[in-house]
Amino acid sequence: MNKEGRQVERLQLPFRVAFHISMQSVRIRFWRSVITAAGTVLGIAFLVSVLTAMMIQRNSGAVTDPSERYRMTWLVIMSLLVCLVGITNAMLMSVTERYKEIGTMKCLGAYDIFIVELFFIESALVGFIASVIGWFLGVFAVVLIKLFGEGFKVFGWISPGEVLLYLIYSIVIGTLLSVIATIIPAQVAARMPAAAALRVEV
Amino acid sequence: MAVQPQTNQTVSTGTEYIVRCKDVVKEYMMGTQVVRALNGVTLDIVRGEYLSIMGPSGSGKSTLFNMIGGLDKPTSGSVFINDVDMAQLDAQELAFLRCRTIGYIFQTFNLIPVMTALENVMLPMIFGGLSTDEAIDRGIELLKLVGLGERLHHKPSELSGGQQQRVAIARALANNPQIILADEPTGNLDLRTGKEIIELLRQLNKEQGVTIISATHDLKMVDVSDRIVWIRDGRIDRVEERAAVEVRVGDVEGTPG
Ligand SMILES: Nc1ncnc2c1ncn2[C@@H]1O[C@H](COP(=O)(O)OP(=O)(O)OP(=O)(O)O)[C@@H](O)[C@H]1O
Ligand SMILES: [Mg+2]
Repeated sequence: MNKEGRQVERLQLPFRVAFHISMQSVRIRFWRSVITAAGTVLGIAFLVSVLTAMMIQRNSGAVTDPSERYRMTWLVIMSLLVCLVGITNAMLMSVTERYKEIGTMKCLGAYDIFIVELFFIESALVGFIASVIGWFLGVFAVVLIKLFGEGFKVFGWISPGEVLLYLIYSIVIGTLLSVIATIIPAQVAARMPAAAALRVEV
Repeated sequence: MAVQPQTNQTVSTGTEYIVRCKDVVKEYMMGTQVVRALNGVTLDIVRGEYLSIMGPSGSGKSTLFNMIGGLDKPTSGSVFINDVDMAQLDAQELAFLRCRTIGYIFQTFNLIPVMTALENVMLPMIFGGLSTDEAIDRGIELLKLVGLGERLHHKPSELSGGQQQRVAIARALANNPQIILADEPTGNLDLRTGKEIIELLRQLNKEQGVTIISATHDLKMVDVSDRIVWIRDGRIDRVEERAAVEVRVGDVEGTPG
């Protein structure tokens, strides 16, 4: 109900539909999605490789230098921040590429929040998939390197439960990272005027 | 194959004029320069008419399209749709108007590339609160109406320009709008396809009674328009009724259709 007392029906975008659109968007713009995912994959791979290396070292009975732990924690945090900026940048490019599509959706009635929702779902999807890939690469790389250095006894130093726990960490951190990185791009997209639908690239 | 109008139209006042522009001025800032794209346009558009806005490039056709479509606000003057001043509407009401009262057609078709033809047509209905099943039924019906019953699940990239524009027309009709606004709907189409699209628009105008407002360079539009508004440098140069124009265009084009 607004100031003149006219009843305005709310328009809606059901989650199921938003999810479907975002999923299609990730699939069809595959290479763009790969670029966005790259940041998360690298960041998570680095995080998991550090965790895995520390686990192997601990299980092998070698003494760990506590200052080394601090140094690695800092490196991981810094690398995740760099990835954040990378994802934001890739997403911003994606938004500028889609100005016409966003404007068109607004011409069809989309509220700003629908646009934000679509970008968040998309980045969460990309973040999720990228995290799983990053986790796999991180574990794989460290095990391979240790295998060359130490031989097959490495397998005795791996705790499967812990490695699976890293997968959960990865998914939570990676998805969150991807979504946080999309806050600014989603705002930019939501502010795109409906009239952008008419703009012709020169 | 007339699609039954839905009863979801909120305002359906009986006034003669569906759109009224009063002294509409639109200025754009280009750096420090002020560009006056519209310089006092006053225009009343009759419910159910087929109106073409013609004029040279840069004359302000697309700007007028934006004003009438509620996509941008005039610098001064006002635009009324169904006697409601659009300046009084908030963002949500404008979105509602775009969703329910106006259907947009663009020169570049503007289908959502990640969605199929049917999904594109369904989107405004979903926004409008229709269930998926209802939207599918009506979407199929509309795509059949524009002659694309066989291409429901094709992506825009798998369709020709003319086919994409047909999907766009079906999408514009989705919520049974009172107005269809088209900006150069035939601008990216070849002569024959353009003619087909124009005929389709005319047919919808006649059968469904939807008011069509089309900005265009395309002289083929003249044949079907009830009225032609010629604009030049952001002002209305002259307005011609169809009867007065028909003969002249026949002379110019040499093709009586
Ligand atoms: N967003 C904008 N910013 C600055 N100037 C603009 C903008 N949009 C339009 N103009 C200017 O306003 C004038 C009218 O433009 P408009 O796009 O309405 O013309 P048009 O009649 O649609 O032309 P065309 O036939 O080429 O599409 C032009 O001088 C244009 O440069
Ligand atoms: Mg134009």
